[in-house]
Amino acid sequence: MRYVKPESYEAASALLAAEDGIARILTGGTDVLVMLKAEMVEPDLMVDLKHLPGMHDIAAEDGGFRIGAAVSSAELGEHAALKAMWPGVVEGAELIGSTQVQNRATIVGNLCTASPAADSVPGLVTANAVARLHGPHGTRDVPVVEIPVSPGKTMLAKGEFITSIYLPARPVGASDAYLRFIPRTEMDIAVSSAAVSLELDAGGTITAARVAIGAVAPTVRLVADAGAAIVGTKLDDDAIAALIAATEAACSPITDKRGTIEFRTKTAGVLAKRAAHIAYSRAGGKT
Amino acid sequence: MKMIPVETTINGDQTEFLCNADESLLDVLRDRLGLTGAKEGCGTGDCGACSVMLNGRVVCSCLVLGVETQGAEVETIEGMADGETLHPLQRVFIEEAALQCGICTPGILIAAKSLLAKNPDPTDTEVRYWLAGNLCRCTGYDKIIKAVQKAAAEMRAA
Repeated sequence: MRYVKPESYEAASALLAAEDGIARILTGGTDVLVMLKAEMVEPDLMVDLKHLPGMHDIAAEDGGFRIGAAVSSAELGEHAALKAMWPGVVEGAELIGSTQVQNRATIVGNLCTASPAADSVPGLVTANAVARLHGPHGTRDVPVVEIPVSPGKTMLAKGEFITSIYLPARPVGASDAYLRFIPRTEMDIAVSSAAVSLELDAGGTITAARVAIGAVAPTVRLVADAGAAIVGTKLDDDAIAALIAATEAACSPITDKRGTIEFRTKTAGVLAKRAAHIAYSRAGGKT
Repeated sequence: MKMIPVETTINGDQTEFLCNADESLLDVLRDRLGLTGAKEGCGTGDCGACSVMLNGRVVCSCLVLGVETQGAEVETIEGMADGETLHPLQRVFIEEAALQCGICTPGILIAAKSLLAKNPDPTDTEVRYWLAGNLCRCTGYDKIIKAVQKAAAEMRAA
């Protein structure tokens, strides 16, 4: 394995594009080095990107935030303004692994590992987050929801990598939340998960809603029907029932050692309900 | 495989070593530098026995490449005591018998010290969550939490 720290984004994409063997990108390393150790992958080339400009920055941009690809989960949690605007995104990132892992792990790495159970991805999807990709043909912006295509696979082309994630601005009276089910309290992989992002009007009626679910389909899934089910409501019982029904209908999980199809489907609906209540309350709504 | 020269600072000392590209920081510390305080439990970032400080943050050294530490500051358990004087956490862990076999202890001490630097007066719950990535198979954690709290109280009073 060759280890390279390229001098620029352009040099990095040229290097990755020219590699005939297996190439991997190193920022936090908390997934890629585990795969290396387990011999699940034996890269010929390891490209370390975390020294490049902007990689460690959380920068205010057009009312939102641009997060560099090497920013750790711990750094997200320490950024008060970001946490105030997107608490659901940050709480997802802060559920990844242990303190030690959170000091290295990145949301971009979590996204590019493309696990259906990735804890930071549902929150990014409901936030309408956009990834900035750099590749041999320049840069392009792609919504986070489109990045994972199947377990372990992304839509990134050869030579492409993500340099940052953009979290957009949001109006007053908006918030989000993320919940997962695990059989213990910490250090585990989601059996099912849900994120909800809401905007309320001055009277507390929901004017916009996005719901995403994790670990219940080959990729994290945006559930447009679930969001639509609670728009125009204050999360009354009928709205919640419709939210749960739409969420369950969008689940297509597998049965494995962590949970059955039935259990995952049921808990995804419950988590969507609870996350909706938390997001509503954070946005200033009163039920 | 071509060895890569790395210059880093370990426990305040300028250190140079040669390592392979795919060699973990843990293997470098133990096998090349003779710093065997950090232990390999799982090798996959689950157990925390290999915890060290990297640029001021606690990390699993099994999930860091040695070559990544070029220009970095690393602190290990070997740098925790001040000469012959143990750090309060080290001393209280002995006094309170917060260890049995000792494999997890260096990692727990490093992680606990990093918690108290950030939060000198944590609740028991905060200690438990902070140390969730440090597995101990002997003590059942109760003595560990008590020892961290006792050392924290002592350090606050100092």
